Amino acid sequence: MRLIPREIETLWTLFTAPVVWVAHFLVCYIGAAIYCAKPELVGLSFSAVRAGIAAATVIALSLIALSAWLAWRQWGFGTDDPPHDDPTRRDRTLFQGFATLLLSGLSFIAVIFTAMPALFLTECIR
Amino acid sequence: MSAAVKARSREEYKAQEERLRAVWANPAGWRYWTSVNNYQIGLWYGSAAFAFMLFAGVLALLMRLQLAVPDNDFLSADVFNQAFTLHGTVMMFLFAVPIFEAVAIFLLPPMLGAREMPFPRLGAFSFWSFLLGGIFVCGSIFFNAAPSAGWFMYPPLATDKEFSGIGADIWLLGLSFIEVASIAAAVELIVGIMKCRAPGMRINLMPLFAWYLLIVAGMILFAFPPLIAGDLLFEMERMFDWPFFDAARGGDPLLWQHLFWIFGHPEVYIIFLPAIALMAMIVPTFSQRPIVGYSWIVLAAVGTGFLSFGLWVHHMFATGLPQISLAFFSAASEAVAIPTGVQIFVFIATMLAGRVIFSTPMLFGTGGLAIFVIGGLTGVMVALAPFDWQAHDTYFVVAHLHYVLIGGMLFPVVAGLYYYYPLIDAKKLSDRLGRLAFWLMFCGFNIAFFPMHLSGLRSMPRRVFTYPAGIGLDWLNLISTAGAFIFAAGVLVVIFDVLRPKHREPRGEFNPWKAGTLEWISEPEENWGVRSIPIVRSRYPLWDQKDLARKVNGGRYYLPDAEEGWREGLVTSVLDAEPIQVLRVGGTSHVTIVSALSLGAAFIALTFHWWIATALAAITCFCAVIYWLWTGTGEIPEKPEKDVGLGLSLPLYASGPDSVGWWAMFITMVGDGTAFAGLVFGYFFYWTIHIDFTAGIAGPDAAWSLAAAILFAAAWGLMVAARMFNRRGATAAMRGLLVLSLLTTVAASAAGLAAPWSPGMDPTRHVYPAIVWILVIWVLAHAALGTVMQAYCLARSLAGRLAPKHDMDLSNVVLYWHFLLITAAITFATIGLFPAAM
Repeated sequence: MRLIPREIETLWTLFTAPVVWVAHFLVCYIGAAIYCAKPELVGLSFSAVRAGIAAATVIALSLIALSAWLAWRQWGFGTDDPPHDDPTRRDRTLFQGFATLLLSGLSFIAVIFTAMPALFLTECIR
Repeated sequence: MSAAVKARSREEYKAQEERLRAVWANPAGWRYWTSVNNYQIGLWYGSAAFAFMLFAGVLALLMRLQLAVPDNDFLSADVFNQAFTLHGTVMMFLFAVPIFEAVAIFLLPPMLGAREMPFPRLGAFSFWSFLLGGIFVCGSIFFNAAPSAGWFMYPPLATDKEFSGIGADIWLLGLSFIEVASIAAAVELIVGIMKCRAPGMRINLMPLFAWYLLIVAGMILFAFPPLIAGDLLFEMERMFDWPFFDAARGGDPLLWQHLFWIFGHPEVYIIFLPAIALMAMIVPTFSQRPIVGYSWIVLAAVGTGFLSFGLWVHHMFATGLPQISLAFFSAASEAVAIPTGVQIFVFIATMLAGRVIFSTPMLFGTGGLAIFVIGGLTGVMVALAPFDWQAHDTYFVVAHLHYVLIGGMLFPVVAGLYYYYPLIDAKKLSDRLGRLAFWLMFCGFNIAFFPMHLSGLRSMPRRVFTYPAGIGLDWLNLISTAGAFIFAAGVLVVIFDVLRPKHREPRGEFNPWKAGTLEWISEPEENWGVRSIPIVRSRYPLWDQKDLARKVNGGRYYLPDAEEGWREGLVTSVLDAEPIQVLRVGGTSHVTIVSALSLGAAFIALTFHWWIATALAAITCFCAVIYWLWTGTGEIPEKPEKDVGLGLSLPLYASGPDSVGWWAMFITMVGDGTAFAGLVFGYFFYWTIHIDFTAGIAGPDAAWSLAAAILFAAAWGLMVAARMFNRRGATAAMRGLLVLSLLTTVAASAAGLAAPWSPGMDPTRHVYPAIVWILVIWVLAHAALGTVMQAYCLARSLAGRLAPKHDMDLSNVVLYWHFLLITAAITFATIGLFPAAM
């Protein structure tokens, strides 16, 4: 088994990083919402929720970093510059890699944005 | 070449052209309305949406007249309520979203070098549904029966029959019907953009308009279904007293707000992105150079598409949710400013790098973006929860949303109208009138809406029908009213420009703006889209591929002929657009109108609780759809392959993931699955808000739930086996398995029904039985549809229209069953096991 996936040809890889953002966002929101609605359910404190969000954030950022690395590889490690508009399979691949890399960057920032409230809030104030 | 050969080839060319023209021709006389061609449908769709916009605009002017002076009695409070509700509803559902379906249906095929969208009849069906639903909703105000609870219909006001009357039902049913039309359009757009591009148009060469529309169609697929789920719950409460939003019986009005805004916020971007897409076509043309940062635009489109789903709670900051929840949504609302800003900077960079021609479309585009930026900045303000608590439900929000929507959508649409008008009529609109209209609209808009920021900060609540004198609102409102009329004058100038007779003007030149993209090849006089389907080698083929227009119009590329009398286009691969199939699409037909109108009639009859009429209309619609499928889809071609020109021969039939029909089913079922997810979300939502969400009521019978799940799995297994046997040529075995699977499905449905039935769960008593019943009904309705599909496949096989190598119908039905299995498994696991586990 190899640790780093092979390069694959599909449109779906473009959406990897944003999908990780979605998953992270849902975990944070649903987790906190359930905790604040039913704190007695698991019997943990709010700091456990914050620790959970921190863990989810680390996992999400690592996955996005991996997606960014794969995108960088697909982009040929930046050997060519955009606009990648030649009618060739190679330029199409480079374009996909570059766009995926940009989306990984945006998703990385967006995950950090989502996680920031957990730095400041210490209870379920309504 | 000898003269005789030359003459013969010229004759042959003429004959080809004639055959092609005849195949794509529109019927004459009243039958013109049975056309399904993307040009006509796009034009009708757009015109209808504009007409609805004018209607809603008149409502806005009436409201402004009422608010011009304090203590005014021009409109009664009730009429005022109807006017603002209908204004918002019509602008959002009947103008902003449909206008882009219209523009996309009109523009995408020529832009992608295709002849047609992949499902032209579906497009026509979508248009007729939209038209009927729209007239029904708009017409209600003339009977003093319009919805009056605001365009987002919050319960408990809107569920109270005494306060909201029949208007709420008209809103719910009329709009559900239009939402179906939007999802149909989304299916069409996704498949069209992914599979029907001209050969060679790899995804790195795709016009940015197509990128945006692809993302928008994907967003429609995840945004509209939760609202359909919400509408279902809402209508069950209004019609049968199931207490989903009634707090006294365990319901919660907040669930509606969640479901509405999971739709409502992405919708803002569903509206905004296509407008920006028009700008992404207009800016390079008038900067006379390719766009700077193509990949950055793709980043922005995809990024906005995703992030916009993390914003919905910012409409609910004042509802008392935990602060940490608010903060997540506040953070995402700030993050979405990044991709939005990227697009603006890409446009600025393109203009700086090129030589800009300041034409009328550019004026509307840049003016609109300036307005949009102001709206974006107030958006960043209201995304901060503490500021929002001050500004919530005041005129500040009214100002913000109009800056965003009019700047981000209406102005770019008018820019698009001026830009693309030559494709409709082969003539340009007047430059002088355009500039006059722009300055009237631009000034009028700011005079009307800027003071609203101030009246909002002076705490004027939105939706009040009047206000007392001397509290600092008099002048601000009078100025707003004056501005609104100046703005309306500008809109009138645009309408005059479009409608004034132009037959005396000479035909305009070909590609009048010297644009680089493919849509400018098409000729408004011809219905065929492109004379022959080109090979694309550039993002701006008209700039980079010399002679392209001449060769395309000279029939030198693919499919220049229609010798078998079919409307044909090419299907190409997703990434590299390699030609893989010839797609025969449906032509002119009544069946789309009959099915749309009968479906509409069913919804309308349901509004007034005319049960028999509802049933009759629904049966008519069912028969029409079956007839449509039977006669117009899955046709077995007369030969396996066909020569498409340039020495290439392509198959005429595909099934499974290779076929466009399979993808349409997949996309539809993703939308369907999202609606189902909305209902499941409701189930768990009720669990979180109550200490014991069952309220001591006995839950569904676990044994029956388990039996239903097992039987549904068995029926699914039999379907998969049927497909396998059919492919091996064992037709009799396939038929037997189909019948067996149908019987198993009926048994599974009976078991599913018994689960909540046997403990006597009463859905009107409490929300717990109600939500269980709605989940079960959802599965049973899908199972019923599944049995129809099984019977249909059986009939197709018996009629010789489904064969071992031609199994498109069966393969699509098996795909449906994959989704049905997931739906049934989740439903019965949730209702049967979850209460026990808690």
